[in-house]
Amino acid sequence: MAFDAPEELDGFRTEVREWLEANCPPSMRTPMKDDEVVWGGKREQFKNPESKVWLERMGEKGWTAPEWPAELGGGGLSKAQAKVLQQEMRRIKARPALFSFGLWMFGPALLEFGNDEQKARFIPDIVKGKTRWCQGYSEPGAGSDLADLQTKCEDKGDHWLINGQKVWTSYADQADWIFCLVRTDRSVKHEGISFLVFDMESEGVEARPIKLISGSSPFCETFFTDVKVPKDQLVGKLNAGWTIAKRLLQFERSSISAGGFGGTGGSGILSPQEYAKHHVGVDEAGRIADGDMRARIAEHLMYSKAFNLTVQRTTEEAKAGQEVGHTASILKYGAAKLNQDKCELIVEALGTDGLGWDGDGFAEDAKKATRSWLRSKGNSIEGGTSEINLNVIAKRVLGLREHQ
Amino acid sequence: MTFVLSEDQQMIRDTAMAFARDELPVTQLRDLRDSGANGHDPASRTKLAELGFFGVLVPEEYDGVGMGMVAMGQIMEAQGRTLAATPLLQTAVLGASVLTMGGSEALKSEWLPKIASGEVSVAVAVDEGTHHAPLNIATEAERNGQGYTLNGAKRFVSDGHHADVFIIAARTFGEAGQAHGISLFLVPNDANGLTVQALNTVDSHGAAHLHLEDVAVAEDRVIGAVDAGWEVLEPALDRGRIALAAEALGSSQAMFDMTLEYMQTRKQFGQLIGSFQAMQHRAAKMFTELEMTRSCVAAALSGVDEQRNDIAELASLTKAKAAELVHLVSNETVQFHGGIGMTDAHDSGLYMKRARVQEALLGGTTYHRDRYAKLNGF
Repeated sequence: MAFDAPEELDGFRTEVREWLEANCPPSMRTPMKDDEVVWGGKREQFKNPESKVWLERMGEKGWTAPEWPAELGGGGLSKAQAKVLQQEMRRIKARPALFSFGLWMFGPALLEFGNDEQKARFIPDIVKGKTRWCQGYSEPGAGSDLADLQTKCEDKGDHWLINGQKVWTSYADQADWIFCLVRTDRSVKHEGISFLVFDMESEGVEARPIKLISGSSPFCETFFTDVKVPKDQLVGKLNAGWTIAKRLLQFERSSISAGGFGGTGGSGILSPQEYAKHHVGVDEAGRIADGDMRARIAEHLMYSKAFNLTVQRTTEEAKAGQEVGHTASILKYGAAKLNQDKCELIVEALGTDGLGWDGDGFAEDAKKATRSWLRSKGNSIEGGTSEINLNVIAKRVLGLREHQ
Repeated sequence: MTFVLSEDQQMIRDTAMAFARDELPVTQLRDLRDSGANGHDPASRTKLAELGFFGVLVPEEYDGVGMGMVAMGQIMEAQGRTLAATPLLQTAVLGASVLTMGGSEALKSEWLPKIASGEVSVAVAVDEGTHHAPLNIATEAERNGQGYTLNGAKRFVSDGHHADVFIIAARTFGEAGQAHGISLFLVPNDANGLTVQALNTVDSHGAAHLHLEDVAVAEDRVIGAVDAGWEVLEPALDRGRIALAAEALGSSQAMFDMTLEYMQTRKQFGQLIGSFQAMQHRAAKMFTELEMTRSCVAAALSGVDEQRNDIAELASLTKAKAAELVHLVSNETVQFHGGIGMTDAHDSGLYMKRARVQEALLGGTTYHRDRYAKLNGF
């Protein structure tokens, strides 16, 4: 790791500050709007034109992926420099230029397990937001028991041939490429899985959106019928995909718990205590009139604070070189509970105003809160169910054994 | 806020942990109980003094080491691990804090060096009812010629049965419930009119009710400004709450370690009980709560040293989380151990008894949840 002298960091800070001042467009310094999130890729519409400029500039610097190697288009920054960049962006309230499964999940895994040719081919386009990636993991018969996946991959000499079905593929209908777990050996379980990447425009790929209880969804069912994939698009060794898959799940769980949760509400939804004050009322001392609800909201806020302090502690301990390897599951478990509790409290505080579906008669933020509440039920299912997370904590962190 | 210990802080943590393990194991509390000592342990107090633990919060100019709350928290956590009955919370945290923050130069010079050396133990007496309610002070301090006359009573004062001096919160103005009008008085344990009624408590640490009947206190023994004792008392209580939370965290960790070990040795149906998912998930949830509380304790301790302006909020957060944690873990420890956990010979009962005292002292979950809500404007 590069050593940063304090005075060099100060110099870097000045440089970053000046660059951001000159290059971050005004509307990119305002709170993110739900429909202005940039996911990149060929289908990106850039509803706000300034978000395109912002992505191009950040991508050019490699600052969408500050710590990735500069020769692959990344920022090439040290940890300390990346922190400075983050602080400076936060200072001017700059929006993230890019939301991307490539940045959060596939990229980190490829940097660890891919060959040089693959890195050179895929990483720069992830940094610049030119390729949007989706994740082909879950199948109808392989949810919590992911390693039971059956999507078939046959070696046809000059190509791989894929047949099967994936489910809960987030944004499969909008993605350019997929990173995908496939079965290359039926005689064994974990050791028969390989990690492939391919173009979603390949012949035989079909993505169908799934409608959720919240009314809409980023998820798809994805079907593969005789899809041909070039041989050089296998990442890692044949039948060694499970190791990559697990590592990538760690990245996924950290990115989910770091705030990328479905159902966190988005803009416009107020806090449980604000809704309770307004809809339940307050006593003469300004306290929420329903003492039981007030206590439960306070309990939730304390859980929230404790959770955030734990994220902070984990980050600091990691920086100090302490072992924090297995906290991802703790944080994923906590984040799911936290968001679900919050959504439940909001809907409860709204009373019947929280029970609208669409049309007039219900405020926009209340309808959004209702949809978020429904969506949040997936928080303890997606990216590893809470039960699976508890298993992981029990076995890997606490060292408890399997049932014999 | 910082979550990583400095070298000095790590050193004091290591020392405190080793000391608790070697010199103050749970068997020590058992012996104190069985010999009827009621938590009074002068020999251990001397050893703690030799280590300099009483002076951790006392500034160097008054012969302390002035290391701050992070260091103090490590010691409290260590004593929580083995349920050690020591006067540290009352003397080294509450007493030292009240005197440092509110004492006149004369009071500080007289008392702080004695606290730091372990020569004098202190008990801060606040509560008068069965639940922590530090504003509900009815004990009266009436102005007379040379000073004040105190009348009233204090309940369940921890360490009260063996404290050398008391810091007594009494009312010089207004009525119970009001912050203005509370004043703090330094009263030696042999003062005329003061009766100390020792209590045999469930945790074997002991405590005392105090009865004050025309206790005379000289003017120069008032700590802080008259009527404005709350300005000293509240931040001192917050330090005490954070320190007590650190102690409860230590107890929780010790119970959890003990339970985890039992899960990996005890067999039923030919299986280690730790291999049953019904127990694994509960253990994993406890671990999550333990880690989250650890973050709160670390944040609150360092928050005090950094003189942050949200200490009240951090203190209530931390005390509530620690109370919840120690409640959960103590109940689960007994349950996970099954029949053996119900026996007096096993330590889980001792931990559970101390847990309830850790919860109640300086405010439990409901008190601090309510305070947290108030501080957050609802």
